[in-house]
Amino acid sequence: MPDSGDGLKANVNAAVEARSLSVKEMGAVAKRLRRHIISMTGKAGSGHPGGSLSAVEIVTTLYFGLLRHNPKDPRWSDRDRFILSKGHTAPLLYAALAECGYFPLEKLSTLRQLDSYLQGHTDRTVTPGVEMSAGSLGQGLSFAIGVALAGRLSSQEYRVYVLLGDGECDEGQVWEAAMAAAHFKLGNLVAIVDNNGQQIDGWNRDVMNLDPFNKKWQAFGWHVIEVDGHNLPQLIDAFNQAKLVKRQPAVIIAHTIKGKGVSFMENNPDFHGKAPTAAEVEIAMKELE
Amino acid sequence: MPQEASLREAYGKTLVELGRKNPDIVVLDADLSRSTMTHLFAREFPERFFDCGIAEQNMVSIAAGLAASGKIPFASTFAVFVPGRCFDQLRMSIAQPGLNVKLVVTHGGITVGEDGTSHHSIADLSLICSLPGFTVIVPADAIEAAQAIRVAAASYGPFYIRLCRPKIPLVYTDDYRFSLGKAITMRQGRDATIIAIGVMVAAALEAADNLKQEGIDCCVLNMSTLKPIDEAAIIKAAADTGAIVTAEEHLEHGGLGSMVAQIVARHQPVPMEFVAIKDTYAKSGKAAELLQRYGLTAKDIEQAVHKVTRVKNSFT
Repeated sequence: MPDSGDGLKANVNAAVEARSLSVKEMGAVAKRLRRHIISMTGKAGSGHPGGSLSAVEIVTTLYFGLLRHNPKDPRWSDRDRFILSKGHTAPLLYAALAECGYFPLEKLSTLRQLDSYLQGHTDRTVTPGVEMSAGSLGQGLSFAIGVALAGRLSSQEYRVYVLLGDGECDEGQVWEAAMAAAHFKLGNLVAIVDNNGQQIDGWNRDVMNLDPFNKKWQAFGWHVIEVDGHNLPQLIDAFNQAKLVKRQPAVIIAHTIKGKGVSFMENNPDFHGKAPTAAEVEIAMKELE
Repeated sequence: MPQEASLREAYGKTLVELGRKNPDIVVLDADLSRSTMTHLFAREFPERFFDCGIAEQNMVSIAAGLAASGKIPFASTFAVFVPGRCFDQLRMSIAQPGLNVKLVVTHGGITVGEDGTSHHSIADLSLICSLPGFTVIVPADAIEAAQAIRVAAASYGPFYIRLCRPKIPLVYTDDYRFSLGKAITMRQGRDATIIAIGVMVAAALEAADNLKQEGIDCCVLNMSTLKPIDEAAIIKAAADTGAIVTAEEHLEHGGLGSMVAQIVARHQPVPMEFVAIKDTYAKSGKAAELLQRYGLTAKDIEQAVHKVTRVKNSFT
């Protein structure tokens, strides 16, 4: 990092400021997002609660502490961009967008229904606030590079955040993009990996080992930050630190627990793509009171 | 011999001209900028040119991100790699969201020549036409190529424009104006219609001239906008001439012939023949040799016209 000296000091101050303002409220928001995820997928009878729950704090930090955006003008051209590359965790994004006021909270109960604008995987053509049609994994980081290049070309100040799954990093395109982002020196680009350690067929290390994960990103030319992905102050610090990295993309490897917050979903790959039953919804909601 | 010109060169020069007028035009390539001629743009506008290296999937999704942020990206490589190598990126990053990306691919078909099977693009039109959202253009010469590229830059939405490697005969003069979605009548005729695209348009004209000597009067249509295809022109040609031959530098299934046949079968059934590559891969050879070997010459079109007119006449 070329300018870490004075910059890091400023970083700490900024983080403290953000923290003192909102960490407690952000914690409450995170809990609401979890409840939405459970009730949405429960009502839909399908969907992806596991990876939605693991990224709750990441998305909360972004939408409720960091992003410059305007729910009344979703395509405001100077907005910071959040690109959800792991598009199967649409329930989490929809919950956050609804909590921000992009659309009414009542709409959340229409997830995956015919004619709902809350599609099973994100669709930028129908949902206010959704930047990318994702769901076919591996394309979001490349897309984010395009958005970041456009911002730089137009001298716009916006920053680009893209959330990837760790399992998603099996896709070769992710590494094509990792190489390109460093090559293009995209200091306005931050990738976050929801590193919950699991994918559909089980633990990453058994399905397709990603280790040494942080070294891979470093070797590709990224500034790497590792945090506890459920710790809001740590996430805030990480995002503020990433802002100080110039002419280099930054990746936040957020160590998380799949299904976080619901005892029987935690570290259980079965809930990657399976909705809770009515009885399970009831138990989960009690745990999330 | 009619004058020949390079479609790729027309592309490169047109890009520069567009880039001067519109600062939102950006160009991407995948390590083939000297072959696709995007290097002409790169030379004049280095800050608006992004070489993505040999990574077509990444290039396509980056182009989508640029388009989603208000730029007008032109992305280029060989037709065999886009769409073949990044079909899913075309589907989800560009076609489904309807983003304003222009894919201009060169080295279409088998006139790539000596490089052989790995570089022959024989299925690209079938693939790209299968994706809802793309407008697909196969220009017949350098003049039409330049026109089509200007129209693509000015029209919102995903475009796929397929150019060939070699210089090919001009079939138009400078006053030609390309009209998106309209078949161009190159010759009037009453006995049969030849519907052609790309390099096969010049061959179709040659065939029509030869057939005229034999007293067979052919209508020739250039279907340069392959998608959305000019349905009305096809129905009219079928009704007026009662026999249709399609000619394309592409596999027989999934391209021009299949699309025309579907419309003819539904609206105006008439005998048809298909001048195209049969279900096989071509090998190395000179472009002209390959066109001959795989049945893509004026002579092949003439034989096909004889066949359809025989069937047509057997009805009366």
